[in-house]
Amino acid sequence: MGWAIALHGGAGDIPRSMPPERREPREAALRHCLQIGVDAIKAGRSPLDVVELVVRELEDNPHFNAGRGSVLTSNGTVEMEACVMVGDTKKCGAVSGLTTVKNAVSLARLVMEKTPHIYLGFDGAEQFAREQGVETLDSSHFITPENVERLKQAKEANKVQIDYAQPIQRVEEEEESASLPNGDSQIGTVGCVAVDSSGNLAAATSTGGLVNKMVGRIGDTPIIGAGTYANSLCAVSATGKGEAIIRATVGRDVAALMEYKGLSLEKAAAYVVGESAPIGTVGLVAVSANGQVIMPFNTNGMFRACATEDGYTHVGIWQD
Amino acid sequence: MGGWAIAVHGGAGVDPNLPNQRQEQAKQLLTRCLNLGISALRSSHSAIDVVELVVRELETDPLFNSGRGSALTAEGTVEMEASIMDGCGRRCGAVSGVTTVKNPISLARLVMDKSPHSYLAFSGAEEFAKQQGVEMVDNDYFITEDNVGMLKLAKEANSILFDYRIPTIGMESTCSAAVENPLQMNGLPISIYAPETVGCVVVDSQGRCAAATSTGGLMNKMSGRIGDSPMIGAGTYAGELCGVSCTGEGEAIIRGTLARDVAAVMEYMGLGLQEAVDYVIKKRLDHGFAGMIAVSSKGEVAYGFNSIGMFRACATEDGFMEVAIWE
Repeated sequence: MGWAIALHGGAGDIPRSMPPERREPREAALRHCLQIGVDAIKAGRSPLDVVELVVRELEDNPHFNAGRGSVLTSNGTVEMEACVMVGDTKKCGAVSGLTTVKNAVSLARLVMEKTPHIYLGFDGAEQFAREQGVETLDSSHFITPENVERLKQAKEANKVQIDYAQPIQRVEEEEESASLPNGDSQIGTVGCVAVDSSGNLAAATSTGGLVNKMVGRIGDTPIIGAGTYANSLCAVSATGKGEAIIRATVGRDVAALMEYKGLSLEKAAAYVVGESAPIGTVGLVAVSANGQVIMPFNTNGMFRACATEDGYTHVGIWQD
Repeated sequence: MGGWAIAVHGGAGVDPNLPNQRQEQAKQLLTRCLNLGISALRSSHSAIDVVELVVRELETDPLFNSGRGSALTAEGTVEMEASIMDGCGRRCGAVSGVTTVKNPISLARLVMDKSPHSYLAFSGAEEFAKQQGVEMVDNDYFITEDNVGMLKLAKEANSILFDYRIPTIGMESTCSAAVENPLQMNGLPISIYAPETVGCVVVDSQGRCAAATSTGGLMNKMSGRIGDSPMIGAGTYAGELCGVSCTGEGEAIIRGTLARDVAAVMEYMGLGLQEAVDYVIKKRLDHGFAGMIAVSSKGEVAYGFNSIGMFRACATEDGFMEVAIWE
């Protein structure tokens, strides 16, 4: 038993050739967000508060595909989505299609707490944001030059990519390319899961989605049971190829394997990532009610960090 | 064992005072849709084709809350959503915030078949619909007098109304909705409920399962509110073993990931179809009212609900057929 926290900044094809000037700020951000989360848990904040504040921090950081730094739709706009879920009550809140809300995860929480609904999207969600007086900014705030470039490349290659800027050369060349314009793979979706020492669980996920996605495309992040899930056994936040995560109901399946098959968190998560979802499509962070933490992925890499009460911490990008 | 099976629903949670005439109309519609599905199955159509064509029929008929006849948002408009899933490969498609597409379920299918995504909403969904050349109509087409009346009642009661179906025209004496009927659903002080999402699940003669669900959502809902119907794993799910479509209190269905859980208990605990449906209804709906229909790859059909009534019809290849509303 004991508390535990894990967070991610996205899973995908992250080339090991990523230059230090790209890698280091992201690692530093993961450490920083982990520390914020750990401090909050130690200060006795609820897991829901903790996951919200960690994800807010990740959203504000332009290096990850959520909030500021979100990848762009085919129209060059941002459409952000997020979700929170609380384990003991299974209460949840989700939003999609946000264009001006600074912290989508906080709006998702407000949907959960202030409306009789679970999920609000697009204009209705923006309207709700205004009614709630949350911080909104001109949508240009969220758009970074890197993402403008990524969109351009994606359009040239004429394909939708999993929020990463393995600059698309030819389809055959999937591994590292020395001539990457920016050698960086901003993988998308950010998330956090936490459990306190009483076993209370919460999960939160936030994203800008897929580069060059169709306007109005919703991914796995706001789908309860896909990208985000928490019940009394565990809390899960997934990342990767949204369509695959939805189909495999990743979040729910980790919990269902624990519940219905009696698997441990580790085995359940390993099964979902290793067997249920195709290679190269998913990563997740999860914690269990008794303080275990796991961060498996079947992609090249996943930006991640975790810590437990007994002092264990880990920050990583590739398989160790 | 084996063979095709089909089930159709028109919503869980029915007013026990629903006039007989309405009950009859509902049963006739369910029967008609069931028979459409049965003919298609006998002509060897695939499960995914059958669920789509049956739900299209339910959407087109104004009786239930989907397509034409959808419940209205707080603004008096219609925002429809739907999802469809093919047990083969678990491919899926969903749409939300659809306002001019005559058959949302078909748009959901196009998302599955013709787009790189699984779920499109609002203006993006409408734009995709235009590109695909699906039949589009004015939002007015979907709005019925009955529902305009219901919205008014709901606003007067100032609560979310569960797609109440008692007709307001010519039956004023039964419409003391706010006062006489203390039944509630959706965890809120709502006066009357009679939700009618529609759905269809099918297993074809090849043992392939499919599921489809479509709705206008909650009466007087906030514009932009998305419920369980387009949410894969909540309102709709299909895999190798079964196909499931749920209806009822959307928020409870989402929290309970109901449709996925039926399949999960079959897969992970080895339960049979009816056992799985019963288990999920009993254990996964904390403080919620809902119902579901399900078929298994073995040709079985099952349903379950903890609400008062569920509009349903089902049939199997060996001749079983049932059309019912109550327990």
